[in-house]
Order: sequence, then structure tokens, then C-alpha cells
Amino acid sequence: MLLSLENISVQFDALKAVDGVSLNVRQGERRAVIGPNGAGKTTLFNAITGVFPPTDGKIVFDGRDVTRAPPHTRAGLGMGRTFQITNLFPNLSVAQNMELALRGRSRRKFSFFGNADLTVDERAQLDRALTLTRIGARRDVLVRELSYGEQRQLEMAMALVSAPRLLLLDEPAAGLSPAERAIVTEIIRALPRDITIVLIEHDMDLVLSLVDWVTCLNNGQFLAEGAPADIRGNRQVQDVYLGRRHA
Amino acid sequence: MKRAALWILVAALVLLVLPQVLPGYQVSIATQILIFGVLAMSIDVLAGFAGRTPLCHGAIFGTAAYVVLYWTTVAGGGIFTGVALGVLAATALAAVFALLAIRTSGVYFLLLTLALGMIVWGVCLRWTGVTGGENGIRGLGRPEMVADHVTFYYVTLGVVAPVTLLMWRFVHSPFGLTLRGIRDSETRMRSLGYNVPLHLFLAFLASGFFAGIAGALYAIFNDYVSPSTVQLTQSVAGLLMAITGGIGTLLGAFVGAGAIILLENTVSAFTARWPIVLGITFIVIMIFAPEGIVGRIRLLRARMRRVSSP
Repeated sequence: MLLSLENISVQFDALKAVDGVSLNVRQGERRAVIGPNGAGKTTLFNAITGVFPPTDGKIVFDGRDVTRAPPHTRAGLGMGRTFQITNLFPNLSVAQNMELALRGRSRRKFSFFGNADLTVDERAQLDRALTLTRIGARRDVLVRELSYGEQRQLEMAMALVSAPRLLLLDEPAAGLSPAERAIVTEIIRALPRDITIVLIEHDMDLVLSLVDWVTCLNNGQFLAEGAPADIRGNRQVQDVYLGRRHA
Repeated sequence: MKRAALWILVAALVLLVLPQVLPGYQVSIATQILIFGVLAMSIDVLAGFAGRTPLCHGAIFGTAAYVVLYWTTVAGGGIFTGVALGVLAATALAAVFALLAIRTSGVYFLLLTLALGMIVWGVCLRWTGVTGGENGIRGLGRPEMVADHVTFYYVTLGVVAPVTLLMWRFVHSPFGLTLRGIRDSETRMRSLGYNVPLHLFLAFLASGFFAGIAGALYAIFNDYVSPSTVQLTQSVAGLLMAITGGIGTLLGAFVGAGAIILLENTVSAFTARWPIVLGITFIVIMIFAPEGIVGRIRLLRARMRRVSSP
């Protein structure tokens, strides 16, 4: 198991946003976490990445207990993530955004009078991530001049540049046009198989074509798990998605 | 790149020839512009690159000036140790200010640095035994070898040029890029593994160091320091120079310092109400070129390039 969650709960005052969820993700797996609004998907993500550590339960990543580890420690262990709300550096170029993503964990960030040019290694990593996400041609453009779809692509490139083993995608296609959505789907599909992916998505159709296994949450609790085809036919899942009260 | 080299060559030539063609009094104005250019650059490091607008740099600048003049007159020390101590004092003061201010941003940062600067002004005014109170400290006159305007101009240029190069390297280094990252999105920088307060602290320290160099030069240039040197108006003047030249452009600081100092000197020859003229000019710049003079030129050039390229 690359990632396993044991009985994770996250409580905000009286609200239990995530309530006793367990989840196991194998090395190389592609997993989706779905559920209607307020199901606790993003809260679960924040618990995994350490933004809001769980109030209860245990998180094991690659054999290490990371339940209480701060976000940058987890990033150092090989967790990369994207954000649901685009959070980039708008007044810097695509390449500069990538440089900042690349150097967050390297000593070069403290080079005070050194040349800002990329080293050979840095360039190779940067090129690889930009190629995978197909925005290599926009390298010198300021981020605020990119389309929203391109910004989402850059968001993924920044998560990929440090060569993570686990990539967490928080609604990668949120707010995109159908055409942009298709591009993002294609990019995720084409990512190398050695990167394990967990993605949150609201849109079932997009998700079901991309992943091997789906976990469905509702009201912070585990609802169902299975292969995409089974989930599509699952009565309980259909009920929560259509807003009916399930039995 | 070739173009940049050409510009540097032209600027160097102009700066070298300038004192040969200007009358004595105007040479000292040019010297003043160089010194205040460094002060405005030090403010731009924080305001333009790290996105934190400080209102305490007059106090940091003035502290260096006080220390230099106290050391050379009252303590009877040498000029070089005086300059070293002045810059050191400015950097130390910046370190204290930084520790108190870097956790804040926006208006709170502005007001906190303003208050810190006011404390320094209050100390300079009241601690009469050391600072001379309202009378300030008058120096013993410039050292003989740099006594005349032209020589002093060249000495200043000899200090300001390498300092400018150093600051240029600083803001364009990998560390400088992290400051611009912080300006754009602190939360993202944090999640990428950067220790944001540490970066801001180091930036503040560097900024104070450079402001200290400007202050030490000013002490020798002016040979007199009083509470008005550490006053809020001094901090504001430095900030206005940085903004007029173009925030985040670094070298715009010299254009801004030049514009404001020249305007001050020419207009005050005609009317005692020159601050009004200065105010109006500043408003006009803010309306028509809020990105500053150099920022505006860059923008226009980028636009022209886009039109000319297919």
C-alpha cells in the first residue's frame, strides 16, 4: 500500500466533516473520491496533505506514519497536490512559477547573488513536467495572461515537477469548458503509470473514464467503493447524486 | 542582451562626464540623486519585490547618518570605521524592525513600520546628550581628499555603482525570485515548502543594509544630521521616489530620485510653495502612469513589440 487511511475523522467544532473514513491506495493505482457537495472530499484531501491534520485516525504513507507531519514534510516524502482554487503567481512567467515549485525543497532558494538560470538537472525536470501537461510552448508567458484552462495545466505541472510518487488532484477540471475539460482528462490519462493518482471530482462522467477504483463519500462518511462500472450502477450512489434520501 | 550592455555603457559615460559639464552646485545635486537613488532602491526591494511597503526607511537611513557623525565628531573616530558602524547600526535596526513587522502585511505593515520609524525620530529628538536634540550633530567638515564637489561625486559614484550592481544581482537571484513569489501568493509559497517569514526577514535585513549605505554616504555628503533626517517625511520621500520611478523596476529608483530632487530644486527657486507643485506632479503621475516612469516605458515598449511582431 502506498497510502492508507485508518478511521480518519476531521472535526470542526460541532461539525464532523469527515467521519471515520478508511481507504487504501495501492502503488500505481488511480483512485477517485467522489460525492456530492459537502461530502467531505476536500477536507479528506486536506487531512491527507496535512493542511488540516485529522482529529482522529491514522495516515500511513509509504510505510511511514505521517498523521501529524506538516505539509512540507509530506511534500518531501513524495506527495504532490493541486488546489481546487487556482493559486499561482500571476505576475511571474510560467517558467518562473515552475522554478519556484522546483526550488521549494532545494538549497538554491538561498542563493542571494547567484545566477537565476536553471541548472541542467532543473531544466530536465521542468521540461518533463511542462511536456506532460502540454504547456511547454507557453513557457515565457505571464501567468495572468494564460487562459483558465492553461492555468489548470500549469497547476498540474507544478505538482509534477518535483517528481511526486503520489499526485493528489483536487477537482482538476472544475470550472473548465468542455473542450478544456477534454484536454485535462487527456493529460491525466497520459501521465506515467508509476505516479499514483488520487483525484477528487464532482463530475462522475469525467472520473469514471479515468480511474481504476472509486470511493464515494456522503455526509463525511464512507458510502460505497468499487470499479467505475459498478459505482455507476450502484443504487445508493445514484440516490445521493440525484438528491434522494437513501434507505 | 547586447542592447542592455549598450545602455549600461551610455549610462556609465553620462555619469562619468556629468561633473565636467555641470557647474559646482549642480554637481552636488547629482551626488544627492545618486545617494537617494540607493535609498529608493532599498525601499523597492521590499515594496516592489516582496510586496511589503515600508514607511521606516528614513529612520534606518538617518540612524546610519547619526552613527557616522557621532563617531567622527563626538567619539573622534575615523571615517571608515564610522561608515562601517553606521551601516552595521542600520542593519541591526532593520533586524529589530523586521522581527516586529514581517508577520503583518498590507496596511498593517505600513502602519507598524511607520510607528517604528516614529520611535526612532522621538529618540533622536529627546536623547539630547547623544543626538544633540533639535540641533542635531554637525560634522567636522568632509575629509580633505573628498572636500570638493567633483571629487565627492566620483567617490559617491564609485560606491553607488557596485552597490547597484549588487542589488541588481540580489533581486534577480533565486532568492529574489522567492520574494516575488511571496508578493504574488504567500499561501502557495508556504505549500511549496518555503519559510515565508524567514525570506521576508532576510529581505528586510538586506534592504536595511543598503539603506544604511545610503545614510552613511549622506552623512559625509551633508556633514550634518538632525531629527528631520529620520523623520517620516524622509521615509515618504524615499517611497515616493521608488514609486515615481516605477515600483519593482529597481533602477527606476534613480529616475524617481532624479525627478523629485530636480523638481524640488528648480521649483523652489521660483516659489516657496513647491510642495504643492510636487504634490500635483505626483497626482498626475499616479493617474497617467501608476506603474511609474520606468514601468510605463517598459509597458509601452512591450506593447510596441507586440504590434510590430506578426
